[in-house]
Amino acid sequence: MSWIKDIVDPETRAWEQFYRNRWQHDKVVRSTHGVNCTGGCSWNIYVKEGVVTWEMQALDYPLLDRSLPPYEPRGCQRGISYSWYIYSPIRVKYPYVRGALLDLWRDARKQYDDPVEAWASIQANEKGRALYQRARGKGGFRRAAWSDVLEIVAAANIHTAKKYGPDRVIGFAPIPAMSMLSYAAGARFLQLFGGVCLSFYDWYCDLPPASPEIWGEQTDVGESADWYNSKFTAVMGSNPNMTRTPDCHFAAEMRHNGTKLVVFSPDFSQVAKYADQWVPLHAGSDGAFWMAVNHVILKERHHEEPSKLFLEYVRRYTDSPMLIKLEKDGDAYKPGRLLRANTLEKYKDVENGEWKFLVIDEATGEAKMPGGTMGHRWQKNGGQWNLEYKDTADGSEYSPALSFLTKNDEVAQVRFNDFGSDSVVTRGIPIRFVETREGRVAVATIYDLLFGEFGVGRGLPGEYAKSFDDENATYTPAWQEKFTGVSRNTVLQFAREWARTAELTGGKCMIIIGAGINHWYHNNLMYRSGIVALMLTGCVGKNGGGLNHYVGQEKLATVAPWAAMAFARDWSGPPRLQNAPSWHYMQTDQWRYDAGHSHYGVVPKDSPERGVHTADMQARAVRLGWLPWYPQFPENPLEAVKAAEAAGAKTNEEILAHIAKRIEKGDLKYSVDDVDAAAAWPRVWYIWRGNALMSSAKGHEFFLKHYLGTHHNDICDEHAAGKVKDVAWHDKAPEGKMDLVVDINFRMDTSALYSDIVLPTATFYEKADLNSTDLHSFIHPLGEAVPPSWESKPDWDIFKEIAKKTSEVARRHFPTPVKDVVMTPLAHDTVDELAQPSIKDWRKGECAFVPGKTTQRFTIVERDYTKLWEKYTSLGPNIKKDGLGAHGVKYDCADFYDELAAENPTIKFDGQVYPSIEFAPDAANVILKLAPETNGELAYRAYKLMEKKTGLVLADLAEGARKSRATYKDLLAQPRRLLNSPAWSGLVTDGRAYSAFTYNIEKRVPFRTLTGRQQFYLDHEGYLAFGEHLPTFKPSPLPAVYQDLDKTESRGNTGPTKILNLLTPHGKWHIHSTYGDTLRMMTLSRGCEPFWMNDKDADEIGIVDNDWVEVHNDNGVYCTRAVVSARIPRGVSIVYHSPERTLNIPKSETRKGRRAGGHNSLTRTRLKPVLMYGGYGQFTFHFNYWGPTGVNRDTHVMVRKMEKVVF
Amino acid sequence: MDIRAQVSMVFHLDKCIGCHTCSIACKNVWTDRKGAEYMWWNNVETKPGTGYPTAWEDQERYGGGWTQNGDVVQLRVNGRFRGLANIFHNPKLPVIDDYYEPWTYRYQDLFDAPASDDQPTARAVSLITGEPMNIEAGPNWDDDLGGSPVYAANDPNRAAMTPQEREMMFEVERLTFFYLPRICNHCLNPACVAACPSSALYKRGEDGIVVLNQERCRGWRLCVSACPYKKTYFNWATGKSEKCILCYPRVETGQAPACFHSCVGRIRYLGILLYDADKILPTATMPDAELVEAQRAMILDPHDPEVIREAEKNGIHPSVIESAQKSPVYKFVKEWKLALPLHIEYRTLPMLFYVPPLLPVLAKKADTYDTATEDLWAPIEEARLPIEYMASLFAAGNVGKVRHAMKKELAVRYFRRHVTVGDVPAARVDAMLAEVGSSREEAEAIYRLTSLPLFDERFVIPPSHREEAVEALESPFEFRGATGFGFREKPTRGL
Repeated sequence: MSWIKDIVDPETRAWEQFYRNRWQHDKVVRSTHGVNCTGGCSWNIYVKEGVVTWEMQALDYPLLDRSLPPYEPRGCQRGISYSWYIYSPIRVKYPYVRGALLDLWRDARKQYDDPVEAWASIQANEKGRALYQRARGKGGFRRAAWSDVLEIVAAANIHTAKKYGPDRVIGFAPIPAMSMLSYAAGARFLQLFGGVCLSFYDWYCDLPPASPEIWGEQTDVGESADWYNSKFTAVMGSNPNMTRTPDCHFAAEMRHNGTKLVVFSPDFSQVAKYADQWVPLHAGSDGAFWMAVNHVILKERHHEEPSKLFLEYVRRYTDSPMLIKLEKDGDAYKPGRLLRANTLEKYKDVENGEWKFLVIDEATGEAKMPGGTMGHRWQKNGGQWNLEYKDTADGSEYSPALSFLTKNDEVAQVRFNDFGSDSVVTRGIPIRFVETREGRVAVATIYDLLFGEFGVGRGLPGEYAKSFDDENATYTPAWQEKFTGVSRNTVLQFAREWARTAELTGGKCMIIIGAGINHWYHNNLMYRSGIVALMLTGCVGKNGGGLNHYVGQEKLATVAPWAAMAFARDWSGPPRLQNAPSWHYMQTDQWRYDAGHSHYGVVPKDSPERGVHTADMQARAVRLGWLPWYPQFPENPLEAVKAAEAAGAKTNEEILAHIAKRIEKGDLKYSVDDVDAAAAWPRVWYIWRGNALMSSAKGHEFFLKHYLGTHHNDICDEHAAGKVKDVAWHDKAPEGKMDLVVDINFRMDTSALYSDIVLPTATFYEKADLNSTDLHSFIHPLGEAVPPSWESKPDWDIFKEIAKKTSEVARRHFPTPVKDVVMTPLAHDTVDELAQPSIKDWRKGECAFVPGKTTQRFTIVERDYTKLWEKYTSLGPNIKKDGLGAHGVKYDCADFYDELAAENPTIKFDGQVYPSIEFAPDAANVILKLAPETNGELAYRAYKLMEKKTGLVLADLAEGARKSRATYKDLLAQPRRLLNSPAWSGLVTDGRAYSAFTYNIEKRVPFRTLTGRQQFYLDHEGYLAFGEHLPTFKPSPLPAVYQDLDKTESRGNTGPTKILNLLTPHGKWHIHSTYGDTLRMMTLSRGCEPFWMNDKDADEIGIVDNDWVEVHNDNGVYCTRAVVSARIPRGVSIVYHSPERTLNIPKSETRKGRRAGGHNSLTRTRLKPVLMYGGYGQFTFHFNYWGPTGVNRDTHVMVRKMEKVVF
Repeated sequence: MDIRAQVSMVFHLDKCIGCHTCSIACKNVWTDRKGAEYMWWNNVETKPGTGYPTAWEDQERYGGGWTQNGDVVQLRVNGRFRGLANIFHNPKLPVIDDYYEPWTYRYQDLFDAPASDDQPTARAVSLITGEPMNIEAGPNWDDDLGGSPVYAANDPNRAAMTPQEREMMFEVERLTFFYLPRICNHCLNPACVAACPSSALYKRGEDGIVVLNQERCRGWRLCVSACPYKKTYFNWATGKSEKCILCYPRVETGQAPACFHSCVGRIRYLGILLYDADKILPTATMPDAELVEAQRAMILDPHDPEVIREAEKNGIHPSVIESAQKSPVYKFVKEWKLALPLHIEYRTLPMLFYVPPLLPVLAKKADTYDTATEDLWAPIEEARLPIEYMASLFAAGNVGKVRHAMKKELAVRYFRRHVTVGDVPAARVDAMLAEVGSSREEAEAIYRLTSLPLFDERFVIPPSHREEAVEALESPFEFRGATGFGFREKPTRGL
């Protein structure tokens, strides 16, 4: 052993400086990554010799509390790979233009001195237009000068505004919170211009519709530190190792603190490794499991051995005690609408009486009118929007009866849907009769209806479950076995441990949920079934409890000033905000290939909505003001104003009246009614911060075909002809709707490759920006470690340049301000929530055409196209005048506006001085100064106003932090914890972990729903029509009805093949498509995004690990390598979202040797119509908040081994 | 007694996410250059699996580590002297395909492709030849049971399982995996050091970090063969071998090594241990089943006055002894006996220890899948990987050592459940703790260091006293003004 000597001698060891020299660096700057990963991690960027060399996690988040694990370090394998991009060969260093277009442009410019005329000439030349459209995606890029590309872009903007209207200029950037100023840049330009911003959160299917359904809230969830407070955690459809990598340690750490962790996942996912129990239920059957859990909880802990804690919770914080009117249905009843307060004589004259509801006082049996409803929220006098047990007419106190089980007028038979077996069951429900102005009405409490729905008999007659082992009765533990493949014992143990833990801990049971559930067609029902378990056991609004949905970085904490800036509300408004799922479904013509929702969506047989094509429902949703639509009309909105003026309209009101009249008469149409007419096409598309053509493009091949007019690999048949009635059918769908696609990017991704113009943007280490997330309660910056490399510029500056050039070009075409009419849907968190108590179609003569009531709103907005730059770079006066607000909360901030003008740089034009936001750090400071989350005084003011509305004491929540302020430089020094703010539902006082709805539960502030409570019951007419008024279970559509394989199956696959369900969860080696093309991540995976399949399935069709496979269906094709693994269940396959078709993708064998696509080549957009309703309580549109979502998980594919691989 | 100080490590596998952030942190700083592309000084493996380089645990194939021969140990294959004879022909040396052929993509084609009739794509090309290549292997190829019929099924540790267990391994009732992050173990009896014909490898006296002198290395690659963990690598561009340096430039400045710093699972702990170097040989020659305990016995109590006295006599700085007293590694390895060495039967006495993971409970499968258990948590015997498998990895087959660690982990969970929820009776908790020789106080301490540790509780980095090392060569005062200038020789005059 003598040779193993420890060496101390420094001379021998002088060489050690070799590695010390490598470690040395010159500078460290804080930044993060804007990739919609929800991580929001603070990073240190290392600079050595003027070059970014690597990044390491920053370690200085302020500690929340010593009883919680710290956040350090935050950052994952992907984030730490980012520095690879900056100097890599995939970096976009210069502007690029498609050669075919550039040639046309140069020719046109020779002919036309005016760039707008030049652009017009190209567009008028159909052959030329088709030529460069067909060249999209197929090479031939040419480097160009910034000045040249800006001129093309500006010309296209002005030509489009002039010829078709500004609402043909569209922009898409994903979720703002990850780099909020970069988002705001494009949005601000577009809204000043009159263009359209496409939504993202719903389109990605990240929006959980169950959240607005039940809570009236887009999404609000606990920060990850709060997981540690949980004592029983169920993970479903979520893989925190993959997607919450920097938060995942809390899951491990809570286990060692005595928490039980149960993971539901069809595959042995990475998080299953952490589980105490892994429950491999069948893909998409989670809803059935939870319905059975609820059955057990209701039976055992609400009936047999009721928990006082649970009963008191549902009584106050849910709609359980509210009265539902029962409708006669043959010899039985069916559940109907909420009984309105004004149907009772004693409440007939109360304000908004149709929007206030009733309970029965336990002691007296009298009907009472609780506060806190939508009606109270929007009434003139404040002080009654709260959850106190006080009748809001006479002030009397009461205790609401949950159930009529012991005191009822009779037990009536009521019908409930059983969609699992496609039948209807009849069950006895205790009811009472209430004397109303329309006579005696049968009512039941929602609580009693829940027992009926879940089949818990309580000794009542009817088709109730006989026992837990009753396999045929909904929703017993035995019943769920046939859907989930999981034993009843597992359900029983789970439900009992869940309820026991909730009771002993006061609600510390938690669900961590994600896209694995949210991407199914019936995701809202699956979510609801889990949320019901949380509500029944009092776990919502508790630290360590609740539903933690983490799908997308939707939490932009400083939302109020940010939204004002991003959507240019500081200058004018309203903005044009379009829900993308509806838009892409219609505009990419995917509706044409769809047989309609009732073909696969499970609609009750007697439903009035059955058989109506989804496209027609979409057109109705626009017509009735439920959803937005742009372009608005087949004519130019600027011209519509001029036409009104020509007809004699002088004031804005007269112009609007003229336009309204034209619409009502059918003289002015909605373009949604005929999306394939050239007059209705979108024309110019800006894509920035995202990968709109690949990563999120459900139905990618249809994008290529109908938007771009280039080659595609879909072979679908069209199914909508003859089925659509309202929407116009053209025998041939247009191909190549877009005149110009501009992609702003730091890397050559699929969207860039298929765009006409690619502009080089600064990377995350080369610009100033702000970042916030759900997963922690801090705000932190993106910082400029090195200046933007090569010819790149930050998004903020790129859109500033576009604004400047567009104004320059506009001087000839729009020398003076013009008037634009903007059409906007009925809006959430406004009085519009009371607009439509029932569905009435003005076009069918069921009601009058009343903007803002029976249809959308119209507003005249003045645009000065010569002043886009001036307005873009300065903070407009509306903020000072109107104050700011979000989520129904408002506050005044005029003094801080003045402070900004006094202390920060300013911009002067037209004789006025405004705070400057010319540069991103100044814009950051504006947001930080004007947000209640970072300026304690504003939080205090906002709570003060909420006190007036609710009659509750709330301002104490901000008292301690009134003097707190933050600047962009402060954040560069250290991330700051956000303050309590009434714009959000959680509380962070004294280092407490943020948990959603604790504000509502502890302070008794209502939820922003119809009833002001968490809603078990959704009484909208449409929900009744779809049978989704009560929590229910609907099975996933089967391939035969979903029609993804019609042509594929008949096309004669060569060789053995198999049909598999295709899941596209978030993967390990990328965040969406970012990082997936880095050498780091490709090296640690398989050099591609492979196709994961079960070993036995693979064996049956002769596939071995790492074989090249062709994965295809009618929508398109993806060619990749197979990963054969026992951890994937049979019948299921996974392609982790989301590969690029730019990286080592061979040509397809089944699609004529064309280059194969990506995972979204296999998907197609299908809308769920219940999510279209509007103008009714929480079912009222807000951007990214409400509307159908871009589901994709019900997709099936065929897979076969490739014979010959050709690149 | 010959007391030395060793920077030592614990990886808590129950917490590992398998994210590989550690691997990238290391790659970014140390191996992102020509000749080093394929090197992963830090890598993470899925177990069961064959790892990187493939099947590295198969010492029949690679001939790493030591064999015991009476009261001495011998390098399995290429001892310094036997190795020299074999120096030009080493059949057990891993070749590039045992690792993988590094590749990149022709990204530039996406910009430069001429207009054509189809979309360009960036093809994969070899980083060695520059030619288009088929990617057939990678440094993490069997991640998350990828290719389980090929890789997981050939995990050498399966030998410890019964035929029925092996049969069942990939059925839904038993299916599982976990992660094993690996770096150089900075062994007390390093085979790489012993094997080097050029004496390029050595243990640093002050902290025991094993380094490979880049000036002295002649590229014989015997260290590559000798290391049973395959944690030295040959740089094909420089012709020298390289290995993990435990980020000594960071450790010397009081910072955790990059892979430790970046570990978002917070699974890693680092601290100094004092050990008795006289015990290296007697320990390395123990029978397999006694190796874990023998290695623990080498580690000395830093609070023991005699140990302190002897340590100081050996030149260990008082501040380093103080650091050893705070070492989280000492607690996990010696006090709590929760952390175990990886494949100690290789007899290199690795100083990286692993807390074995708790895995989901076994299931029953008839018509339906059933995971219901009698209790809140099932006993560790019902975990999805047989305890023999774990023992093969972490205790040279000594099942008792693994069982003790896992039972203690579970007992701590019951204890905390009792404290925070109360649905476990006190008597039960105390009985469980007693069974593993633990107490409520110890359980609380284990819980705190597992769940709540702050950064500087996980990493207790010994002061390096660089001024003393510098002083041995030149005045630290002068060094201060001159360091970083690189070349400081006089210029050569004339042509």
